Amino acid sequence: MEFEISGDELVKKVEELSGQNIFSCYQCGICTGSCPFAAEMDLGPRRMIASLIEGRAEVLQSNTPWICASCFQCVVRCPNDIDIAAVSEALRQMTQRKGIDHIDLSHIPAEERKRIPQIAFVGNFRRMTR
Amino acid sequence: MSAEPRIGVYICHCGTNIAETVDVQGTAEFAQELDGVVISKDMMYACSGPSQQEIMEDIREQKLDRVVIAACTPRMHEPTFRDVMEQAGLNKYLLEFVNIREHDSWVHDDRDAATKKAKDLVSMGVARARLLRGYEEKEIPVGEEVLVLGGGISGVQAALELADAGYHVYIVEKEPFLGGAMAQLGLTYPTLDCSTCILAPKLSQVEHHPGIEILANATVESVEGYVGNFTVTVSQKARFVTDACTSCDKCTEVCPVTVPNEFDEGLSKRKAIYKTFPQAVPAAYAIDYDTCLNESNLLVCERCMEVCEPQAINFEMLRRTTRKLHIDTIIIATGAKPYDPRPIAEYGYGRYDNVITTLDIERIYAPTSPTGGDIIRPSDRATPKKIGYVQCVGSRKSNPELHQHPYCSRICCMISIKQALVFKSKIPDAQVTIYYMDIRSYGKGYEELYERARRAGVRFIRGLPGEIRENADKSLTFIGEDALLGEMYAERYDLAVLSVGLEAQVDSRDISTLLGVARDTDGFFIERHPKLEPVDAPTTGIFLAGTVAGPKDIRESSIQAKAAASRASQLMRRGVFRKEALTAEIIEERCTGCKICEEVCPYLAISVNGVAQVTEALCAGCGICAAACPEDAIDMRHYTDAQIMAQIDAALRERPSEKVIVFTSYWCSYSGADMAGTARIKHAPNARIIRLLCCGRVKPEFVLRALEKGAGGVLMAPCHPGECHYDKGDQQARTQYELLKDILREVGIDESRLALEGISAAEGKPFAGVINKLASKVTDWDPIPAEKLAMARQRLQEHKKDLQKVV
Repeated sequence: MEFEISGDELVKKVEELSGQNIFSCYQCGICTGSCPFAAEMDLGPRRMIASLIEGRAEVLQSNTPWICASCFQCVVRCPNDIDIAAVSEALRQMTQRKGIDHIDLSHIPAEERKRIPQIAFVGNFRRMTR
Repeated sequence: MSAEPRIGVYICHCGTNIAETVDVQGTAEFAQELDGVVISKDMMYACSGPSQQEIMEDIREQKLDRVVIAACTPRMHEPTFRDVMEQAGLNKYLLEFVNIREHDSWVHDDRDAATKKAKDLVSMGVARARLLRGYEEKEIPVGEEVLVLGGGISGVQAALELADAGYHVYIVEKEPFLGGAMAQLGLTYPTLDCSTCILAPKLSQVEHHPGIEILANATVESVEGYVGNFTVTVSQKARFVTDACTSCDKCTEVCPVTVPNEFDEGLSKRKAIYKTFPQAVPAAYAIDYDTCLNESNLLVCERCMEVCEPQAINFEMLRRTTRKLHIDTIIIATGAKPYDPRPIAEYGYGRYDNVITTLDIERIYAPTSPTGGDIIRPSDRATPKKIGYVQCVGSRKSNPELHQHPYCSRICCMISIKQALVFKSKIPDAQVTIYYMDIRSYGKGYEELYERARRAGVRFIRGLPGEIRENADKSLTFIGEDALLGEMYAERYDLAVLSVGLEAQVDSRDISTLLGVARDTDGFFIERHPKLEPVDAPTTGIFLAGTVAGPKDIRESSIQAKAAASRASQLMRRGVFRKEALTAEIIEERCTGCKICEEVCPYLAISVNGVAQVTEALCAGCGICAAACPEDAIDMRHYTDAQIMAQIDAALRERPSEKVIVFTSYWCSYSGADMAGTARIKHAPNARIIRLLCCGRVKPEFVLRALEKGAGGVLMAPCHPGECHYDKGDQQARTQYELLKDILREVGIDESRLALEGISAAEGKPFAGVINKLASKVTDWDPIPAEKLAMARQRLQEHKKDLQKVV
């Protein structure tokens, strides 16, 4: 499978979006060992980081960042203080931000707009727009 | 010495090494015209025997009183020519050594520019030589009394080594018994021999050695003085049991007080009168006064006294006695302590009964253990069949809030592997699993032990547990990821063992303050040089042994202890310590007693009683105090303000705007510049290097003087942060740099004319790079108007006054 992004660009972008230095990872495995959803993930947090260190763009196709609930268990226990949840979030943003706005406020009927919770607006605009 | 100096200048061709790029003859002719120069010659090889003879003859015939040699780096031949000086009857401090090879001919191609630079460097050397003074080196007598702080294996090894060599040793141990952490161990890796069996004979030797005096139950209250002349105050708690004790153990049977036994990590109980293990030294039992029912002058319980046949118990001893010892050298061997894993909540230590540490295991299987060596688990005293180990607990983590440490503790992998084999031999059907992130089995025989454990069926799983959960039956489930298989595990164990690392002793800060020996960010003591002086503390006469300087195993601790003993005995054997005359000098009439120097001195060498006083034996000559003094009341011998100013002036006599004055530290950037030479890394010829011992010596006035004389730029080149040979010089240099930057900015001078770059002794390329960068800028800069410089001077004076006010 072809990816639009090179390994170096991928790492740079993830570091820029997350503010994390993924290269400080020892691969100790505590993150995946602590993750309540690890069994559902294809990679799990440790291998997600390992893939990034290796510059593998396939990580953008992984289900791991999408299953991540940002519970922060891994973040709290990481010996090297890597905010793994922020890395997941960076990958989610990268997958979604393709310079296309997926939502347009004017397409949502006024009636709906009143009913949709504010957090849904914030969350959706954050992820589904550029 | 005559009023006008008589200087001889010798410029070396070094074969073609210098002569190829520098007009050596022309430089010699140039030097002949400089003030104070009586004779100036060029020499094919100045370091050769005939040349040395010629110089000596010149000294005699021409009545020279100072000599300037312009040749290679002083690292190479300064000692050679200092000898020549002394042979010719001149003080060695009257030699000035100018580097025109590494710093000039080897790094430039342009012959004209290189020759101009050589002339500048020689004239800087002559200007400095005019102001050189001769000094007598102080000889400090060193006697034969040694203090060993700490009675663990390192202290014991060092003490025996020195006492066997004929010196008199005091061992000060804060616990009532010697042996330290090693006494608590069962077996030792990689040979699996019993710890007590190899330690006890050493302890017994210490106890009976005529050259060793043990001060157990004692702590050091104060240390004053310097090598050959330390006064150490030791405070000792009473033992209340005399040497008459025969260790019959009847007292412990009747003692009514029971407390947790720290020696067994709290896994057993002991009485208020006790001995840690049968072979403990001193052999006499000890009474723990804090838990004994008796108070001073109030005896409520005499049971132990009643049963003591040799009548060894005496409650009339003074609770605390203080002694002053006269000590010549000190060995610090105060050790380290195991990490307490309580803060790591997910592993449950302290909450789950069956989660214990590797040290707990040592106390369970050791022959002297409360179970007699049988392995049981705490909750139900059952024999554990499935045991899980977690590595790197407290180590290799950057979580300061959990008091975890970024370093590898080095011993934990081998301890776990050793214990796994102990389990296998004591409980044949035991299944041991070690969860790790990396196994470090780096020593002689260590890898073999690791392999032996694998062959014996010990499982090694890569991937530390995320957490340990306690089940209803008190068994434990490890949850985590097997990183090699990429699979999750949730495995049940009867017993969980946390492989804890080592950390600095709780009182390491106090000891560091008492002795004036700095600690690193992890709390371990700093060696004078991490590779080449690995057992010397930065202060002369103080040495380090064992885990006080960082995690080590028994073998490594022994090596360091014996090395420390050898270093100490070297000083004492010679009986005298010759101190280089590179020390601080107080100009008393200027000193206001503000104590800033006392604060910045890394060696406790300055004390202020009204005015500052320097203890020359402690002073290392870094010059940090001289740079920090707001009253200019401190000057440095052999690196005086006047000499440095003269070098600056000489360097900037012609075309100053092209030049960059570079202040270097001898131990780092000066050698970095040498490295550029050795590696022939060509760079711009604009640098005029001034050799200092430490960049912390740079006074703001030096920088302003250079700018006033029209220097294009100024570079301060200390070491990288935290690498200072004198501990704090780089900080001082950076402080002065920031101050100068502020001042320049305030008065409107382009602050980029002053740069600071950390250069280590190995960094030839970075040195060349920074010189090129500055050289490319000098042409852009306009002369600085005199009034702006006058304002800068004024601002500096105001700043110094403010400093005084703050004090």
